[in-house]
Amino acid sequence: MLIFERSQAGRTATAQLPPAAAVDLPAAALRAVPPALPEVSELEVVRHYTALSQKNFSIDTQFYPLGSCTMKYNPRGSNAAAMLDGFLNRHPLADAASGQGFLACMFELQEILKEVTGMAGVALAPMAGAQGEFAGIAMIRAWHEARGDSARREILVPDAAHGTNPATASMCGYTVKEIPSTRDGNVDLEALRAAVGPQTAALMLTNPSTIGAFETGILEIQKIVHAAGGLTYYDGANLNAILGRVRPGDMGFDVIHMNLHKTFSTPHGGGGPGAGPVGVAERLLPFLPIPLVIEEAGQYRYQEEAECVQTIGRMSAFGGNQGILLRAWAYARLLGRGGMRRVADYATLNANYLAARLRAAGFELAYPERRASHEFIITLKKLKDATGVSAMDFAKRLLDYGFHAPTTYFPLLVPECLLIEPTETESRDTLDAFVAAMVAIKIEAETQPDLVKGAPYTQPVRRLDDVKAARELDLAWKG
Amino acid sequence: MPFIPHTEADVAAMLAAIGAPNIEALFDEIPPGLDCAGLPGVPESLSEMALMRLARERARADGDWLNFIGAGAYEHHIPAAIWPIVTRGEFYSAYTPYQAEASQGTLQIIYEYQTLITRLTGLEVSNASLYDGASALAEAILMAVRADKKNRRRVLLPATVHPRYRAVAQALVAQQGIELLSLPYCTECGHILVEALPSDAGLEAAALIIPQPNFFGVLEPVDALTDWAHAQGMLAIALVNPMALALLKAPGQWGDSGADICVGDAQPLGIPLASGGPYLGFMTAKQGLVRQMPGRIVGRTVDLEGKTGYALTLQAREQHIRRAKATSNICSNQGLMVVAATIYMSLMGPQGLTRVAAASHANTRALVERLTALPGVTEVFQQPAFHEAVLRLPGDVTEILRALDARGIHGGIALGAAYPELSDSILVCATETKTAADLDYYAEQLERILSRRDAPRPCPVQPKWNR
Repeated sequence: MLIFERSQAGRTATAQLPPAAAVDLPAAALRAVPPALPEVSELEVVRHYTALSQKNFSIDTQFYPLGSCTMKYNPRGSNAAAMLDGFLNRHPLADAASGQGFLACMFELQEILKEVTGMAGVALAPMAGAQGEFAGIAMIRAWHEARGDSARREILVPDAAHGTNPATASMCGYTVKEIPSTRDGNVDLEALRAAVGPQTAALMLTNPSTIGAFETGILEIQKIVHAAGGLTYYDGANLNAILGRVRPGDMGFDVIHMNLHKTFSTPHGGGGPGAGPVGVAERLLPFLPIPLVIEEAGQYRYQEEAECVQTIGRMSAFGGNQGILLRAWAYARLLGRGGMRRVADYATLNANYLAARLRAAGFELAYPERRASHEFIITLKKLKDATGVSAMDFAKRLLDYGFHAPTTYFPLLVPECLLIEPTETESRDTLDAFVAAMVAIKIEAETQPDLVKGAPYTQPVRRLDDVKAARELDLAWKG
Repeated sequence: MPFIPHTEADVAAMLAAIGAPNIEALFDEIPPGLDCAGLPGVPESLSEMALMRLARERARADGDWLNFIGAGAYEHHIPAAIWPIVTRGEFYSAYTPYQAEASQGTLQIIYEYQTLITRLTGLEVSNASLYDGASALAEAILMAVRADKKNRRRVLLPATVHPRYRAVAQALVAQQGIELLSLPYCTECGHILVEALPSDAGLEAAALIIPQPNFFGVLEPVDALTDWAHAQGMLAIALVNPMALALLKAPGQWGDSGADICVGDAQPLGIPLASGGPYLGFMTAKQGLVRQMPGRIVGRTVDLEGKTGYALTLQAREQHIRRAKATSNICSNQGLMVVAATIYMSLMGPQGLTRVAAASHANTRALVERLTALPGVTEVFQQPAFHEAVLRLPGDVTEILRALDARGIHGGIALGAAYPELSDSILVCATETKTAADLDYYAEQLERILSRRDAPRPCPVQPKWNR
């Protein structure tokens, strides 16, 4: 039932009403009738949205091994810190003197992110990973143009990359050239050598890659691109796998974006808000997006256009998704120095353990010769050929067993794939229970394939008609 | 080990299952020499208790202010029911609803949000949100250019649009060679004059941006501007404060045929100021433009038993399918803020939203009345306005604002940096959260500062508001 269907003319959440006031505006500017919002009591609203929440899987309620999304525990302490009144009530345009507490947190976060990425500077402004990518590529373009090199019109992107990489290159006015992967999941160095040239602006590389393996040729890759006059972009989507162990700056990369809603455990929120800070090497410092936080004699303030004349500009009206940055700051302070490295250690341990257990249980790893980083891929191609049960069917059946499905059909390279990322915050018991469910579903697929093909059965709805959703568009209730 | 559940026995058993001697061995594909052991720049771990102590100290230092700043971020009362629901783990720790059957809560909320925001703006379709109002404006510009059949790459951007929004639009669209042509405003009346718009038919622009209310709080002649844009063969892009739409004509009804795209920031609908984010960019449009929209869209459909359900739809526009040809690179948007705004709109209903908008309008008029009663303080644009006003002050604006700060009042923002012709003026806002006593207090303190009965002090490090 929709909130609109609970509406009764004349009902309202009375405690929320401010005193009535007269409006002194010309009639031509006013709307003829009030907007058709629902008329419901406060209790009805609370009950309606609480009930809706119960129709969701979430990290707090289920194991959520959604590959490439790093669905780990979002500490409640991070939320509590960010929800303190002094932080919530501060106006973004208030003087820096009235925001020293908040700005101190931002400055510390900026410095921590510099340290863990090994970059010369960090800007917190981008509001999600995709906007961080945009900022990164825009800086690369600004750098080439500042040197008078306008011939570089092409961005190289490996075929395993997230869709945001080529989409970002387009938004920055570049064309995209895809680089193939080798059979063992690395970037094909020969193909890369053949592809680079005076037209190359940059390579965008996700490492560990979306197949869940560390690019063993990483140092060679950045040398090839740099030798051709291009810059190197490190997509930090999978930073969780290397946190506190190795740093993109030490690998010679020019730019990195981080997804704080992944690696720094800020909430995914049903699709955001995220935060996508960018880190850069020395030569790109002047181009960082604004604002930047600086400290002078113990006082913190923002640097804006006037002080950053070569900046690529402003990504948001104010300073980005500040409340999310506060949660990342809190998380970083809770983990501390030692905790950073433990993230990578235990995320990798869990991924390799789960991969080993699933392999032993008869599942086929897409890259069996590789170490899993924080995630890995299994392919159900043979199962599909034998039983007709697809990776999607398998994923839907997992919901009945109380597990969120892994990422399906990504990366596009591997047929019938499940990309599985357990994260460091899951216990061995949970991983074992997941293996047991996977095995049970495999047996179901082999013995009662129609059962699996019809899944799920235990959710608020059965499988949905996506074709109808797209053909007979219903995007707003007309009742 | 914070948030890591492994016991020593677990680790030993897991390594045995993997066949690795230790955790270190799991990293043997990383080229040697890259290990960054140490991270001296990261502080040592804090317990939650120590973290909260530090966070409280800092939050307290940021104080408790009587705030009269608006300028794109508005202080409204946030009903207590909203955030405990928003931060329920089932919303807070879920992700993009790729597995629709296990995400019906989030999906239905987005569908309700899309419905609410289309009703408020009077347009037919909405997406599931964009980052903030400024980046939503940039996306609207890109969308208008994509939709333009004549392939024109210029958009008209009036000077009455928030300066920060103009800066963001410039940063986000210039990369694609799109030109933003600034339109001057009438410095007497504080809005765009239709008769002063360029009459040159060779403008080659794909769209006109129409802010309502504009940055000064002043109402624009939206009907005439929309009709003018359409007469030139341009799209009309409305940039609105959704709170104002409780009172003002919906963009879908502007002029003869309505604005084509509407964007803005839904922060006023239940989202805290929080130093600038996260806020909530929204976008609605006419049905015919839906395939040019950026971002997630939720549709209503049925399951295989015919039961109603909700799913992401029109995904062929998006980066994970269309890659380099996607309408935008956006994926994560502002999901949790959508939950907050949806609950806010449902709680307030038509009556509540109208009351909040009217009270904000009336409070601002009452503040202007009190302040302009002081010698030398005048209202610059004496025009119909929503809940902001530009006031000219007799004295150095920055010093006066600083003196107000010292008395616990955020008195507004100085306009000189963005509008040199208004370097003697400030922009003020009084929402429904202000009482008559608050307005009196502001007027009293300003009077003292202006009359120098109580000489302005330099801004203290930790100002406290203490009436």
